[in-house]
Amino acid sequence: MTSRRFNRLLAASAAVSAGALLLAGCASGAAPAASGDADASAEIVVGSQNEPTNLDQIFGGSSGVTEVFTGNVYEGLFRITDDAEVEPLLAAETEVSDDGLVYTFTLADASFHSGDPLTAEDVKYSLERFVGDESIAARKNQLKVIQSVDVVDDKTVAVTLAQPSISFTYNLGYVWIVNDEAGELTTTADGTGPYALADYRKGDSITLEVNEDYWGDAPANGGVVYQYYADPTALNNALLTGAVDLVTSQSNPDSLAEFEAAGFQIIEGTSTTKELLAFNDRLAPFDDVAVRKALYSAIDREKLLDAIWDGRGELIGSMVPPSEPWYLDLADNNPYDPALAEQLLAEAGYADGFTFTIDTPDSGVHSTVAEFLKSELAKVGVTVDINIITDDEWYQKVYTDKNFQATLQGHVNDRDINFYGNPDFYWGYDNADVQSWLAASEAASTVEEQTELIAKANQQISDDAASVWLYLNPQLRIAAEGVTGVPENGLNSLFYVYDITKA
Amino acid sequence: MLLLAFALAVTILFVVLRVLGNPVFALISVGATDAEIAAAAARLGVDRPIHEQFFAYIGQLLSFDLGQSFTNHLNVGDEIVRRLNVTLPLTLLSFTLSVLIAVPVGFFAAWKSRTWYGTTFSAVSQLGGAIPVFWVGILLVAVLSLGWRLFPAGGFPRTDWEDPGAALYSLALPVITIAIVAGSDLARYVRSATLDILGQQYLRAARAAGQSFATALWRHGVRNGVVPLISILAIQLSTTFVGAVIIERVFALPGLGDMLLVGIKEQDFPSVQGVLLFSTALVLVLGFIADVLQRIIDPRLRDSLSGNRRTKALA
Repeated sequence: MTSRRFNRLLAASAAVSAGALLLAGCASGAAPAASGDADASAEIVVGSQNEPTNLDQIFGGSSGVTEVFTGNVYEGLFRITDDAEVEPLLAAETEVSDDGLVYTFTLADASFHSGDPLTAEDVKYSLERFVGDESIAARKNQLKVIQSVDVVDDKTVAVTLAQPSISFTYNLGYVWIVNDEAGELTTTADGTGPYALADYRKGDSITLEVNEDYWGDAPANGGVVYQYYADPTALNNALLTGAVDLVTSQSNPDSLAEFEAAGFQIIEGTSTTKELLAFNDRLAPFDDVAVRKALYSAIDREKLLDAIWDGRGELIGSMVPPSEPWYLDLADNNPYDPALAEQLLAEAGYADGFTFTIDTPDSGVHSTVAEFLKSELAKVGVTVDINIITDDEWYQKVYTDKNFQATLQGHVNDRDINFYGNPDFYWGYDNADVQSWLAASEAASTVEEQTELIAKANQQISDDAASVWLYLNPQLRIAAEGVTGVPENGLNSLFYVYDITKA
Repeated sequence: MLLLAFALAVTILFVVLRVLGNPVFALISVGATDAEIAAAAARLGVDRPIHEQFFAYIGQLLSFDLGQSFTNHLNVGDEIVRRLNVTLPLTLLSFTLSVLIAVPVGFFAAWKSRTWYGTTFSAVSQLGGAIPVFWVGILLVAVLSLGWRLFPAGGFPRTDWEDPGAALYSLALPVITIAIVAGSDLARYVRSATLDILGQQYLRAARAAGQSFATALWRHGVRNGVVPLISILAIQLSTTFVGAVIIERVFALPGLGDMLLVGIKEQDFPSVQGVLLFSTALVLVLGFIADVLQRIIDPRLRDSLSGNRRTKALA
């Protein structure tokens, strides 16, 4: 009975997220027909700028490590599909107790690349490692709800939660099950996935070879190499000269026309990366909702998106992208309306405007965005000083010390609306309702209930203009002619390579 | 003297890195709590007082250990050796090629300095030396790789030197790039050194004594001219090494330059320190070797070395 309940839960969450994707009109670029015969033994060379700092997700391997390892070398108890659905993976069967506190997983008949069979001990080790003191994994806080992990028998493991957590299985989709005998994993790997790590050359490449003893379906290709480029021009050159077959993420739309003309496929999917102008909501004048809304309405975001991404990407009006179940179309909730902006500023007592500083990281497009904001806000009498800082300084000054007025940042994580439920977060948005809705949503017993509660929070932060959500980045991948099976979306950097083929 | 310079480099580097950055921030992501940040700092050992970190590091260095990378825990010394597989051949090949270009060009430009082609030679070498090395690289890639598809646009075989042909092929364009720029510089030195010699009295005297131009040049000119050139060559070799470090990025070569740049980006202090200390040591040693060579070739320098005493005695 409990197992059935769980399956319903999965189905419901799948339906909701699939629907959301449809609503968003998730523009899939090219769905190319397989031209010629795909060569199942061909080695696929993937070009990327996102080299992991190391190979372990719990030691800050960064999003680069997800791109290479999650789902390819390591598997979780669950899999998050490219459409953000949750599917069972190493957890062949799941039973949830009626109070939602105990999850009992029956493990699939898998084994590690080293030959060790997958046991309940490995799962216990992996989960405890993920939330342990040493871990600085990105999703650690969501999984701290784990109270204990108990080995029932060789193939059965029971996880007890401190409180119900409806996103538990979703979050588990990101947690690698590693061999408990493997030791340090910053330069080696031992997982259960369709590929094994063959070679790691820091600064150059990571080579994955096909795991011949894989417990599931064999991959469609003969191995994958991730080739890293520090310089975007070098990466483009590699693609143009055929040194790589595809590029995981194109950050510069300027070169797209060139690739399109040369017969490359441009694959556009949806990402979870949101470009934010975040205020320090603790400080005047940003503690005043009217001021925040005024600034929001003073910015022509459509023009900005055109300038940065050549019209690709999407306008959003809150922290939630269309790929999440609690998405609401709030893009016009704070409409572009300079007259309204001036009126709101006057009502707030800033008829003559004011001056503030945007701490702008020197990476990515932030400085271009800052210049744009400066000229837009000048039109309503607000003066912007741009203070360029390094990513490092951002973490120190803005994130840790909270010593800033406003800042620009690309927030990459999915489901990160939760940050608005934490009054100590760097932007200091403090709304008791939002906090209680978000807390209650995690303890919800059905997806419907969870969705409803988060949607309420979603509406509220947008009404309050807690931050200015400028736009959602597109996910652009470029692939050579004849390459098929490339995952479209970049949900949290997941990038499954087992379906990729080339002729 | 050598050791003092090295010790100074070690200290400055150590302090500057720690004042400018915090390696923890390269590891965490948005959402990390203060406790997690503190735990990560403790794991890296950067939460300790700076003098404690410094003495621990010196202790490590004295046992010839460059430490472990902060990010992936690889041994920095081993990693440098691996990267030298790319950077060393790149430097030596570029240097050799630049000498092969520069010596004839510089000599010719000096010998024929009064003719229009002599002037053209030196003008071209001025131009070559004035262009930034990465720009030459970008131009060559655009024409020779993207245009004519003669060379790969970048990268190095994942099998390293197992297939020497493939490795050399991937280094061809970067080598040409560095050689053009370094060779232009060197050609100007060779030209002025040659002009100096050609105007010397001893050369005229040798000619008057009946030696042919070639014999006079070889016996007297080259031996005199080569002494200042040696120190220039040593500097040039260091410059080529630096050029290699820059050009690795343009050609996506996994050498020391890449290790340095990625290390800086990731605030991986042990890696940055390792590469820079290695480079410092290399430059110092090259300078030292040049000094010794000069003294072997030119007896006058030997005299001046122990000679301070003698000159004083004479005075």
